[in-house]
Amino acid sequence: MNTSDSEEDSYNERSALVQSESPTIPSYNQDHDMSLPQETDSKRVSGHEFSFLSCLDEPGPVERERASTPDGEEEELTLKYGAKHVIMLFIPVTLCMVVVVATIKSVSFYTEKSSQRLIYTPFEEDPNSVGQRLLNSFLNTIVMISVIVVMTIILVVLYKYRCYKFIHGWLILSSLMLLFWFSFMYLGEVFKTYNVAMDYPTLVMIIWNFGVVGMICIHWKGPLRLQQAYLIVISALMALIFIKYLPEWSAWVILGAISIYDLIAVLCPKGPLRMLVETAQERNEPIFPALIYSSAMVWMVGMADSSNPGSADERQRNEGGARAQEGVESEDDAAQGGRRRYSAEEDLEEDRGVKLGLGDFIFYSVLVGKAAATGGDWNTTLACFVAILIVSVSTIIYGSVMYRLTYTNRDVFLMFKVYYACRV
Amino acid sequence: MTLAVFFGCAFIAFGPSFALFVFTIAREPLRVIILIAGAFFWLLSLLLSSLVWFIAIKASNSQDPSLQRGLLIFGVFFSVLLQEVFRFAYYRLLRKANEGLAAISDDDSSAISVRQMAYVAGLGFGIMSGAFSMINVLSDSLGPGTVGIFGDSQYYFITAALMTLALTLLHTFWGVVFFEGCEKSRWWVIAAVVSLHLLVAGLSLLNPLYEGSLPPVYVITLPTGVWAFFSSGGSLHSLSALCTRRKAEGESS
Repeated sequence: MNTSDSEEDSYNERSALVQSESPTIPSYNQDHDMSLPQETDSKRVSGHEFSFLSCLDEPGPVERERASTPDGEEEELTLKYGAKHVIMLFIPVTLCMVVVVATIKSVSFYTEKSSQRLIYTPFEEDPNSVGQRLLNSFLNTIVMISVIVVMTIILVVLYKYRCYKFIHGWLILSSLMLLFWFSFMYLGEVFKTYNVAMDYPTLVMIIWNFGVVGMICIHWKGPLRLQQAYLIVISALMALIFIKYLPEWSAWVILGAISIYDLIAVLCPKGPLRMLVETAQERNEPIFPALIYSSAMVWMVGMADSSNPGSADERQRNEGGARAQEGVESEDDAAQGGRRRYSAEEDLEEDRGVKLGLGDFIFYSVLVGKAAATGGDWNTTLACFVAILIVSVSTIIYGSVMYRLTYTNRDVFLMFKVYYACRV
Repeated sequence: MTLAVFFGCAFIAFGPSFALFVFTIAREPLRVIILIAGAFFWLLSLLLSSLVWFIAIKASNSQDPSLQRGLLIFGVFFSVLLQEVFRFAYYRLLRKANEGLAAISDDDSSAISVRQMAYVAGLGFGIMSGAFSMINVLSDSLGPGTVGIFGDSQYYFITAALMTLALTLLHTFWGVVFFEGCEKSRWWVIAAVVSLHLLVAGLSLLNPLYEGSLPPVYVITLPTGVWAFFSSGGSLHSLSALCTRRKAEGESS
């Protein structure tokens, strides 16, 4: 049922990024009186120097065992894996940014300033007075960040008290909105830009099919590529909404504040993201549920319903990354579906690939999209793009260099991902 | 017409580097990372040098055209020097990373050799430099109208593309030669690379006179390519071995 410790110590390519405990037993069960190995496992998972998760730092017997394995092989594998998986992430991140930039440059709707604002940024930016504008953008940021903090805390509470159905429903609602309403808006604007005549019945057919297949792919099962494509599309849609509705200066201040918040939320002992991650680990649920983009995934028939509530922590992480209610909801949504799939195929999948939270996608795309929107200059956009790629690479490599000593590749990867998430 | 110019110039400028990327770099994650980091280093050098130029421009009298031209020339040369400094810095960084990789690997040899890194780093510099030169020009070439109404040369787009191609290749060759020179502590090599770069940049300043800038740059590119080939370990023997091996394989298959 659970992989033994010795298996855990064999670092071959295949097991590099595998969660060693196999959640074939649905982790959504109330009794966590699982056998001891699982305990040890979860302790081991968090028992590394990973500063964010130092709560369970008592080394089990496995730790000592692991420490005896040769460091070099581990490190080399770690770095090789780091490199390979960084590249696997480049492609979806690049695709999302390309979609956002292409839309920004062609469809003028997303760069038109409208008087409408999100309710999360209630203060209007007056272009005439610099001081007032700056003040308002900071106030907007405070409002937005407090909304995110409150929602994160609500989610942690819900997760802690196992209100999985509520979270689940919330996620489905948000992804419904994203897949149907936002894509309808997007399609409408694209048709307007290219002067394409379209009748409503055809449009309804298109949107209906797109939305339903998206819901199925994201929340249940679907071909990997299709699911990846849908996740990229909804990240791009979300990013476009942010680019349109966030006022200029507020957008930049919010981007900065979000990064800082992410760091705090994951580093502080009482930080919501950290609590979420710890709770998920205590319950021995995979920390990276649904709302993540996964580069390698296989779905098992018959595992449709390990209704994993662990999406909460992913949601948390993405809350840090998600910039608004809708964003969070939609992310959670996708997270939920992917999560089930994730736990299902864990045993089967040989190369687990990498996982990246959709909040990261959205954050990067907003950054690059804003750069593309504010200047007519392509050089700025290209420079932002390269800078983002370098940030991701250096984060992962930094993580691998700093923490290469005694951890399994999986631990290291785990650590990268959360650190990576909180960088954003 | 505009679309044809766009695609033509895009393929001229980026075709070879794209092919090099696809065939030699895309499959190896480590090389891709080194490529992107090289591009980033070039970007940093450009950022710093443009900052200096920008400050100089703002601090000077904007009405004096010869002063502005002088500042431009100064900016170009300063940028060239800074690019070479960053190339050296990147070399040091890669050496350190290589030692780290070698130390942690099983058989004490790194996964990637310094020569491969030199090539990849040079290509990274070249691609980024080419992209920065060419992207805005390409996006303008798509637009309505074309160059020439105010008496500018009609060959602007194509010479820009050809110049970009030459510079990309040159950066690649210089990367190879430069790293090799640093490895073997041959400082004359470094001086040669720097002066060649300065020469090419200076030639580009002749620019509306395209006969003065483009053919000489290509005349410089070809020998530099040959130099890079021999510097990275190639030889006439290996070339002929390549041909005969192909022939032998062709006969046997």
